[in-house]
Amino acid sequence: MTTPGTRIRLTGCAKTFADGTRALEPLDLEVNAGETLVFLGPSGCGKTTTLRLIAGLEMPDACGRILFDDEDVTALPIEKRNVGMVFQSYALFPNMSVAGNIAYGLKIRRVPEAERRRRVAEMLEMMRITELADRSIDQLSGGQRQRVALARALAVEPRVLLLDEPLTALDAKLREDLRLEIDRLLRRLGITAIYVTHDQAEAMALGDRIVVMSKGKVAQIGRPRDIYLKPADRFVADFIGNINRLSGMVRNGLLELPGGTLPWDSPDGPLQAALRPESLRIAEDGLPGLTGTVISAFFLGDRQRLLVEGVAPEPLIVDAPNRIEISAGDTVRLTFDADALIPLSH
Amino acid sequence: MNRPFLFAAQLGLTLLVAAFLVIPVLMSMLAGVTVNFFQGISSGLTLRWVWRVLDLYADTLALSLGLALACLACTLVLGVPAAYALAKRPSRLTRLIEEMLVVPVAVPGLATALALLIAYGGFREFRTSAAFILVGHVLFTLPFMIRAVLAVLSSIDLKTLEEGARSLGASFPHRFFGVILPNCRSGILAGSLMVVTLSIGEFNLTWMLHTPLTKTLPVGLADSYASMRLEIGSAYTLIFFILILPLLMAMQALSRPRRRKET
Ligand SMILES: Nc1ncnc2c1ncn2[C@@H]1O[C@H](COP(=O)(O)OP(=O)(O)O)[C@@H](O)[C@H]1O
Ligand SMILES: [Mg+2]
Repeated sequence: MTTPGTRIRLTGCAKTFADGTRALEPLDLEVNAGETLVFLGPSGCGKTTTLRLIAGLEMPDACGRILFDDEDVTALPIEKRNVGMVFQSYALFPNMSVAGNIAYGLKIRRVPEAERRRRVAEMLEMMRITELADRSIDQLSGGQRQRVALARALAVEPRVLLLDEPLTALDAKLREDLRLEIDRLLRRLGITAIYVTHDQAEAMALGDRIVVMSKGKVAQIGRPRDIYLKPADRFVADFIGNINRLSGMVRNGLLELPGGTLPWDSPDGPLQAALRPESLRIAEDGLPGLTGTVISAFFLGDRQRLLVEGVAPEPLIVDAPNRIEISAGDTVRLTFDADALIPLSH
Repeated sequence: MNRPFLFAAQLGLTLLVAAFLVIPVLMSMLAGVTVNFFQGISSGLTLRWVWRVLDLYADTLALSLGLALACLACTLVLGVPAAYALAKRPSRLTRLIEEMLVVPVAVPGLATALALLIAYGGFREFRTSAAFILVGHVLFTLPFMIRAVLAVLSSIDLKTLEEGARSLGASFPHRFFGVILPNCRSGILAGSLMVVTLSIGEFNLTWMLHTPLTKTLPVGLADSYASMRLEIGSAYTLIFFILILPLLMAMQALSRPRRRKET
């Protein structure tokens, strides 16, 4: 039942609400067929609004156009767009059983009874909830509800699948499990999917590409790897993972920082950059390093997270291997490679 | 004071109050099936008065039931969509309308009736038909229907529910009849019972609006109290009770918080 993916294009789509709130600045965006695109950003940055524009629950301001493949769907309401939608609050129908919910879209489309049954059974099996078929919605747990919501949205073979923070209401362990399952599902179906979240780990894990949004604007679009390793600006760098700021001076082949110097192969002048915690290493004895004092050390199991002051103007977050014995108050020597630096233009 | 005594005293008081309220009702109902109330039960029990009432006042019974059903139909057709519209767009205007809904309940029925008479009394055909009373009843009961349905609609996430249905391709009629109505069934049921009960029991307004040919049950009751022997009036009351009691009980049962099945 692979749905051939639909390509989505948005051109000049802005959204101003009736009360004057400008939720989205004009946006041009292309979602490739079969791709999973994640909208990521802090609360209120316009992710849901953008998703609702694509769904057809909101209309873009004049000039904005939305295309599914080569069809202009801008004027089509959601009923006619054939999109599957999964809401944060599930939006399941309490008056129907699980099977009834999944069959609803098929009934609307007048799919014959026998075919409908077959599809519902197939969906139940795909989401591994066959034994829940006759339950009523208020008998289900949050995770089960979200599975029903997914099954219901996919039953009608939509052109695109839209998910608005589908896992936010669930607890951590369940969220992790269901995220893996959604990931497998999306890859298997090959459906074009747009996934909204404010959780960067979820975005990294699921997205083929991530659209980082801030205040109604796109801050960066790219693969998770690019967004993490080459953030376009300080906002993206800060929002995705932890980041350290370095400001020092290069003089005569040495980088000078408050904690000491490192051999440095770049022209003289001031250096402003950022650095991920895992890019900082404990220097081996005898090799150059920057000296600092550990303010705090948290053992996280797979690694330990240190806060080190004295190395750079601001305290640095350092991810160190879990086997080295370190505690607060210790003196450490740190080093890092030049290619791990993230240049920050602004 | 020790506890058992306190409990006994409270129970005694409650029973006393209950008896004070219930005994007259029982007496009156008993009077309706007694051969001669002034001689007491010893004169024997009979259904004669009940048959007499059915004979004399069958038309008032029929009219009351007919009115109640017609009133129910009107309040359903007008009230449910109105409640939906109010729930759909919460704004200052709809808040105001919600507040205004209590006005017909607070204004005495007599005043409403007078207003109707002044406005439409000139249309003779209308004035003398049962439809005139129906208008009064609808005016009086509509707010109850709207409020009952609105209460349920405001307790569910109507917007998301409807968006969910829309995303699956449901047009407005599909969503309204397939998703919205079934999900406010409890409110519609509660409102319906309320409307029927109120319509059957309404006196003030009906008394002002009725003509000799359009008497409802309560108006007939007043009539029989004034001009018939006590046993007939009592038998009439008995019939009224039998009619209205199941409705009241159903309403009571509905208003009890429902236990939810959880896993
Ligand atoms: N219906 C609406 N009317 C007015 N403002 C709205 C409406 N929906 C959202 N907004 C505003 O638009 C902005 C973006 O909202 P939203 O897209 O929901 O953000 P996100 O999903 O990223 O948290 C917010 O400032 C929000 O308050
Ligand atoms: Mg949102």
